[in-house]
Amino acid sequence: MSTVKLTVNGKAVAVDVEDRTLLVHLLRDHLNLTGTHVGCDTSQCGACVVHMDGRAVKSCTMLAGQADGASITTIEGIAKGDELHPMQAAFRDNHGLQCGYCTPGMIMSAIDIVHRHNSQGAGGQLDEATVRQELEGNICRCTGYHNIVKAVLDAAGRMKVAQAAE
Amino acid sequence: MYQTTYHRASSVDEAASLFGKSSEAKFLAGGQTLLPVMKQRLASPSDVIDLGKIKDMIGVEASGDTLTIKAATPHYDVATSDAAKKAIPALAYLASLIGDPAVRYRGTIGGSIANNDPAADYPAGLLALGATVKTNKRSITADDFFKGLFTTALEDGEIITAVSFPVPAKAGYAKMRHPASRFALTAVFVAQTKSGEIRVAATGASQSGVVRVPAIEAALKANWSPSAIDGVTISASGLLSDIHGTSEYRANLIKVMAQRAVAAAG
Repeated sequence: MSTVKLTVNGKAVAVDVEDRTLLVHLLRDHLNLTGTHVGCDTSQCGACVVHMDGRAVKSCTMLAGQADGASITTIEGIAKGDELHPMQAAFRDNHGLQCGYCTPGMIMSAIDIVHRHNSQGAGGQLDEATVRQELEGNICRCTGYHNIVKAVLDAAGRMKVAQAAE
Repeated sequence: MYQTTYHRASSVDEAASLFGKSSEAKFLAGGQTLLPVMKQRLASPSDVIDLGKIKDMIGVEASGDTLTIKAATPHYDVATSDAAKKAIPALAYLASLIGDPAVRYRGTIGGSIANNDPAADYPAGLLALGATVKTNKRSITADDFFKGLFTTALEDGEIITAVSFPVPAKAGYAKMRHPASRFALTAVFVAQTKSGEIRVAATGASQSGVVRVPAIEAALKANWSPSAIDGVTISASGLLSDIHGTSEYRANLIKVMAQRAVAAAG
């Protein structure tokens, strides 16, 4: 057993876990943050994606101990109170989900994609091909991806506007 | 996953000393291969020693005619490194094709070459560029480092600290990605060193893991152009064959990927 200290959605937490515990299980089983899903459990589907120090990582492929000292953001941590994150709002408006199982991971990966491309300045304009390529680590078995890609492109515009306003 | 004990090393020396004190330890870098293998219970190390937070082992530096990538540098940082893109753009491109974005944030060059998966990307880059693997004990040339499937020259407890690449005159990489696994169905790295040597390495193709391709090297020595490879015959003997592609298919892919890599190198 070890005590893992980390920041989750802005709150400092200390959790006693077995050393073999995966980050996703620390989040789901010890902190009851069940928005982060386990899909394939083999690092392929991306349902477990969370942000660690701002980078979208697969929480089923990390030991909890590796996240000691890190800042983790999960799907529960991105809305501001009742106001959805622009990516969540865009998924809703564009019907970017059906069963919803992959959606938390899709949204966390998609936010990271927009951050990476928006941070490249005015030239960092996301296009459909880039979104499709960058989402290759997230698998959806319902939608055929079409509305997910639409949602990400929509959100990229909204996030740029939000960024400019800040 | 079986029970294990996790250690986070803060220095290479500490990692080596922790390894010496454990019965069956494994070094953990990005964990993008080791953790899935442990989850499948195909590996059950008594201890895992995390190298991922050792500051001396992270970073990309160019100095003179050498590009050095420290062993715990994630693929994403290599793919986006200005130093790497300027010195050896083909190598930065190679890093950008590994796995998917989330995997590239975690997986490292040291982990990739220590594992030496027969379809991994970095081994082809190291072998074609004539890189040198630096460990906590010695330097090993890429020619001596890769010893076949999942096998390297590393001794028990030896830690890769960095890889240094001589900056080539020209280099290119082309990969036929498996659409599900993103590993190389076959990929080829071609390089022309500043002294004029031609080195070509193929990954994903051979039953012996990463290999050089002398027939293509000879053709490119005579004429550095994609068409020079048209007349080369690659034997299917000793190549991998599975549900994704026969050995004959991979033999052809070696040619086609080499041609694309030369075209990319210019």
